[in-house]
Amino acid sequence: MDFGLSEDQQLLEETVRKFLSDQVPITRVREIRDACDRDREAGCPNDRKTWSELAELGVTGILVPEAQGGSGLALLDAALVSQALGYAATPAPFLTTSVMLPIALAEVGGAEAEAWLVGIATGSLTFGVAATEAFSVREEAGVVLDGSVLRGKAMMAMDSLEADFILLSLGRDRLAVIRGDADGLSRNRLITTDVTRCTAELTLDGVTPEVVYEDAGNGILRMFDAGRIVLAADVLGACESMIEQAVAYSLVRKQFDRVIGSFQAVKHMCAEMIAELEPARSLVWYAAYSFDSMPDEAPLMAAHALAHLSEIGREIASVSTQVHGGIGWTDEQNLHFWFKRISSARHMLGGPEFLRNRAAELQGLVPAA
Amino acid sequence: MDLEFGQQYEDFRQEVRSFLDDHKPKKLGDIGSKGGRKALIEWLSLLIEHGYWARTIPKEYGGYGAAPDLLETVIMDEEFNRVGVARGMPAQGPSMLVPTLLEHGTEEQRKRWIGPTMRGEVMWCQGYSEPGSGSDLASLQTSARDDGDDFLINGQKIWTSSADKSEMIFVLVRTEPDAKKHAGISYVLAAMDTPGIEVQPLRTMSGGLGENSFNQVFFTDVRVPRSNVVGKRGEGWKIANTTLKHERNSLNSNSEGSLVRLMKLMNRETVNGVTAMASPVFRDRLMKLQARVLSMKHHGMRMLTCSLTGESPGVAGLIAKLQNCQLNFDMSALAIDVMGELGGLYDHTKYERDRGYWQTHSFFSLGLIIGGGTAQIQKNIISERGLGMPREPKPAKA
Repeated sequence: MDFGLSEDQQLLEETVRKFLSDQVPITRVREIRDACDRDREAGCPNDRKTWSELAELGVTGILVPEAQGGSGLALLDAALVSQALGYAATPAPFLTTSVMLPIALAEVGGAEAEAWLVGIATGSLTFGVAATEAFSVREEAGVVLDGSVLRGKAMMAMDSLEADFILLSLGRDRLAVIRGDADGLSRNRLITTDVTRCTAELTLDGVTPEVVYEDAGNGILRMFDAGRIVLAADVLGACESMIEQAVAYSLVRKQFDRVIGSFQAVKHMCAEMIAELEPARSLVWYAAYSFDSMPDEAPLMAAHALAHLSEIGREIASVSTQVHGGIGWTDEQNLHFWFKRISSARHMLGGPEFLRNRAAELQGLVPAA
Repeated sequence: MDLEFGQQYEDFRQEVRSFLDDHKPKKLGDIGSKGGRKALIEWLSLLIEHGYWARTIPKEYGGYGAAPDLLETVIMDEEFNRVGVARGMPAQGPSMLVPTLLEHGTEEQRKRWIGPTMRGEVMWCQGYSEPGSGSDLASLQTSARDDGDDFLINGQKIWTSSADKSEMIFVLVRTEPDAKKHAGISYVLAAMDTPGIEVQPLRTMSGGLGENSFNQVFFTDVRVPRSNVVGKRGEGWKIANTTLKHERNSLNSNSEGSLVRLMKLMNRETVNGVTAMASPVFRDRLMKLQARVLSMKHHGMRMLTCSLTGESPGVAGLIAKLQNCQLNFDMSALAIDVMGELGGLYDHTKYERDRGYWQTHSFFSLGLIIGGGTAQIQKNIISERGLGMPREPKPAKA
């Protein structure tokens, strides 16, 4: 019995964290934000140079089988990378290209998968994912197969603005892959509060798909389970950073001739945050482990992990900002990068109310209508 | 990460299961009640004989004498929980006094008290808190004055669970009145039938004075041999802290069992002909609680791994008491809300649900948020020892 990280996993986590703190410090994230602000139409925070360097570390192909040049590791390893990305608030298409794609391709197979997986591992290809409509249709969005071409609209597409390929859900049972530069596709940036993630609206007017996967319902579910667990790990890492920043600030900021961290009011805020974070870490690790080792449990664990991290994430984001007082509310203090990253994660792959209802359904607790 | 226990432990699990199949007591409710003392002693003796209680206590002190093995402990707890049988006796003698004697007691004290305590022949209560000394326990005032070979104890203890049912008390007293507050305390054992000890029941918010009774204990010139000190004179504070550590470990309750019970209630309880489980609002609250129960369950496994490997869990090892006690309170709150207008029915009145279990559970879990170190004190410990934040400075003396 060993509920902990292996030496390799600890090394992986340290390596990625070190790389990100050296190469993509928050000052770099700020530069990226400013560049995106200047380009309202097409600004995308995902940086190709960082992605190539992550590929050299073996991170982009972490779930790609070794036969295709990847590391062939488990979802827990991917969760640790995601946690490090959340901790550093790094913009990168990891959730989509490195997690949801390999998991979906592993389920649906197909001749094209081989070359794509190789490209993911080398870092030469990035993928967006446009699958919001598989669980939430708004603005009458949805993409359908019309003869041999795709038509319709996909909302809140992830990492799709500059991606080489985009994975689309067509309803709940079919997947398709299109080229990012396909004829008939227009990609419109949607500006969100969170400047560390790329969000777009896709309009498809007779786009010829590279491939359509029929009977992909299981692949879609599995892709969402993996995505939810890895996104929960991103929130976990972001929360960890915010708590550390709050505690560190409370030990230098003085009021009433004392550091504010010596007031019980402030200490108890910090204690409450860490008391929520540590069990949540155990939940995320277990969920990630279940994905590979106990697949029957994984859907429930994925729903609970992301719903729970969304709830404690909102609280930690708010309280750690409050510990800073007024400076925490400024752009200059940087805290808001994490605050907004945690906020946007809350609705990317299903909000907590949706996920808890799914958790109840999975246990047969929702009566048939 | 590998959550398999391995063959050796699965074999052990089978042993525990067949023991329970053969020996599970039929009328569990009677064990522990006043008339059930004899049955309790027989049951505990049987458990010790098979190694399911007092497992790692040396044979010469009345235990089974096995080497400590955390995974065996986990398996025993899981299997006993599964059939709803308490593994041994969750009382302050076995959980707090015995570990203290093993760590600090004399050979004579260990031989005399550990066996009878584990077998349920001697029941203990804990005399720590005083009316003026709660969170600031080290300010306690109950005095023990030297008188020949004896101490004469005078003072008052409060929140003394089961004092009315106990033969013995382990009590903190001030033996060195001139020493600094933490240095003047000794840890003393006393018989409850010693002249000068008076027990007064303390009615709590749960109303009843039965199983979970609270008391005040008054000491008036109570004569106790000085040889009844555990450890050295004046070191009682240090010794009590090892005992409190055992208490905080034993306060981690079985929240998974409560969740199962809550789900059954929600499937059964109907309003306007519809079950509570069919209500999206109640179901959402249930799922929120389930996520917290799962978090604490897996957190327990992570902490267990730290114990097995000797790795320090850091701040993660300080949060279980705070979180579990609040979680239990929140589960009973949902159960009572599910009962709605009938949620206040109590004391075995008509229409009461689950024989008042949830109302009692609510009161009792609120008590546990306070007892064994209040939530506020837990947050001080977490922030100071876990996060490295400074202690509140002492106010300047006027």
